[in-house]
Amino acid sequence: MADRNTSTSSSGSRLLGVTTLVGLVGLLLFAFVLTEPDVRLHPTTGEEFGQFDAVRLLYLHVPMAVLTYVAFLTCAVASATYLVKRGPWWDVTAHASAEVGTVFCGLVLVTGSIWGRPVWNTWWEWGDVRLMTTLVLFLLFTGYLALRRTAADPQRQARRAAIVALVAVLDIPLINRSVEWWENRTLHQQSTLAELKIEDLTLFTLMLGFVVFGMVFAWLMLHRFRVGWLEQALARYEVETAIAERHAEIETLDLDAAVGETGGGT
Amino acid sequence: MREMFSDARLVATKDLRIEARSRVLVNQVAPFALLVLVLFGFALDADQRTLRTFAPGLFWVTVLLAALLAVARSASVEHSDDAHSGLRLSGMSPSSIFLGKAAAVFVQLMVLEVLLTLGIVVLYGSEIDDPVLMSLTAVAAAVAVATMGTLYAALASGLGARETLLPILLLPVLAPVLIGATRAFDDALGAAAVDGWAWLGLLAVFGLVATVLGALAHGAMIED
Amino acid sequence: MHGFRVGESVHRYRGGVSVVELRGAVALLGRFPALSGIDLSVDAGETVLIQGPNGAGKTTLLQLCAGLLRPADGAAVVLGHDLNVERRAVRRRVGLLGHATGLYGDLTVAENIAFWARAAGLTGSEAKSRAATAAGLMGIDDRLLSRSVNVLSAGQRRRTSIAALAVRRPELWLLDEPHAGLDQAGRDAVDSLIRDAAAAGATVLVSSHELERVRSLSPRIVTVAAGMVVGDTSAGEHGAAGKDTTGGGIDA
Repeated sequence: MADRNTSTSSSGSRLLGVTTLVGLVGLLLFAFVLTEPDVRLHPTTGEEFGQFDAVRLLYLHVPMAVLTYVAFLTCAVASATYLVKRGPWWDVTAHASAEVGTVFCGLVLVTGSIWGRPVWNTWWEWGDVRLMTTLVLFLLFTGYLALRRTAADPQRQARRAAIVALVAVLDIPLINRSVEWWENRTLHQQSTLAELKIEDLTLFTLMLGFVVFGMVFAWLMLHRFRVGWLEQALARYEVETAIAERHAEIETLDLDAAVGETGGGT
Repeated sequence: MREMFSDARLVATKDLRIEARSRVLVNQVAPFALLVLVLFGFALDADQRTLRTFAPGLFWVTVLLAALLAVARSASVEHSDDAHSGLRLSGMSPSSIFLGKAAAVFVQLMVLEVLLTLGIVVLYGSEIDDPVLMSLTAVAAAVAVATMGTLYAALASGLGARETLLPILLLPVLAPVLIGATRAFDDALGAAAVDGWAWLGLLAVFGLVATVLGALAHGAMIED
Repeated sequence: MHGFRVGESVHRYRGGVSVVELRGAVALLGRFPALSGIDLSVDAGETVLIQGPNGAGKTTLLQLCAGLLRPADGAAVVLGHDLNVERRAVRRRVGLLGHATGLYGDLTVAENIAFWARAAGLTGSEAKSRAATAAGLMGIDDRLLSRSVNVLSAGQRRRTSIAALAVRRPELWLLDEPHAGLDQAGRDAVDSLIRDAAAAGATVLVSSHELERVRSLSPRIVTVAAGMVVGDTSAGEHGAAGKDTTGGGIDA
């Protein structure tokens, strides 16, 4: 562990950061310039239909959605391990992945909504399973982050946060199932992705999206983890300083004045 | 195991006796719930057909709002004069304390649900087609809300800003309960053609998982 | 399981079985070290008076011994259990009287005492007889028993919570300023309760600001300041007459 390191970056993370930036530029180039819009011809009428330019958003949206689940799953595993082993490493990992996951989750909702406007003709589709599950997931982890920001005893807060994360993740299948049954209308991606003419370039761009967003994810996690780790180191330092201060207090303390005479008879 | 249930009964009896003396549910929570039903009536423009169509959803939103008050009260009973520390020192297992407190909340929620049923029949003109499905749904949903509510109220107390933290933590978790109970009531009240029994199954699974999870998590929490 | 696993440095000059063994124990409230490295050794059957200025850490010391807090550093063994791992085993064997009364305001005095008796695992008839004894000891009469705690005065509440504690007959009594808010009769009742407990072989830790009146209870007075033991006065019987053992943390 980089104990003496007081920064969140290292040469490795800088290299990763630069590579990620280059990758992002490349991804945007492929997604918004080099690939074709989704235009299909109706077999009988010959009319043009499809997602047109909106399909380009999926190159960002789909990788982020997958990484959201990766992040929350990481959070759940780290939380469970923390409850058993109590290591600060797991606590910091859980907090970092929850925060990064919530950011990705929010972006998934926003990009999905923008994509839905031209394709589904609505910003929001009630009753769509993945949309609703993702929204509830976003709200669950908003609560988790709110709990993380309370001014409570750090250890107590960490344990309670771990419980909340576990319950949230266990709730996912139930939310998913209930929304699925709720309104039997699912307009979602199963169809849209499968319908796309997956050409070499489309497939490549989608894969590039996974790689680049994977790197964004790793870079964010790395830095967020190091922030958390430094916070823990700072907390330990504060405690050590406070203990030293208390020890020094004894020298200046007038005990007799504070408690009356100590020992001895009246 | 027997000790666990007798301890749970001791805690539940204590909480219900406190409620019988203080009457917070009867004097504050129940009137609040009825008030919410009336407010929905105002908001939806007093059209009885609309109200009857949406009665199942309005019923369960009202239950969730009232449950927030009930579980917060249940937690504050322990924290107002630090009886909480006494419970930790008592030697009773955290799981039995949890089950006892959740059971007391469950009983209060059942009373509330009976009252609200009267409320939607009188105010919204709902008609009960399937009383068996309706009662079982009410029980399963109350178990789910009482256990999750008790867990999260205990979780939020002892942290700063607990009154504001509880709703944002608890309500998203209970989203499947709201959906499931509403759909089952849709069937039981004849408000929509759905298979209410399938939804009841989902609620039962949720209630079971929440009870076991709550009993385990409460142990992990009380240790800190 | 009795004894301690702290190592050679623990002195056992008093010769008895050690009930509390703290070596450099640190307890944090948030990030504040309320106990900054405390050393304390108490033998079975001993009564120890704890004094110190406000904010010295007396309350935290008693909470740590009760198993309510996890030591952040140092060694802490109470009743043979390491506080780092077995706090629950400690909790069920100690009785802690804190600043809060720990009572349910909407229940009567009798119901409160009965609840805490049954919560401690006592069965119906034994719970009843012990409750009656404890109530009598604290001067709680039948009229008071049937009253709701909400309408009691501060002193009456204090008596009730002491009675609820006495019902459990703990092996280790941790009393945080038990005399505070009590009238003369109440203070005398507390004193005789402590004497009875000690006579029955229990170990008692009492914090107090009124050294004059509690001095008769025990010759051993421990002074706490800034989260450490800074003075430990024992009388001749322990062979450490008048010895002022300053806490180890002071030279750190």
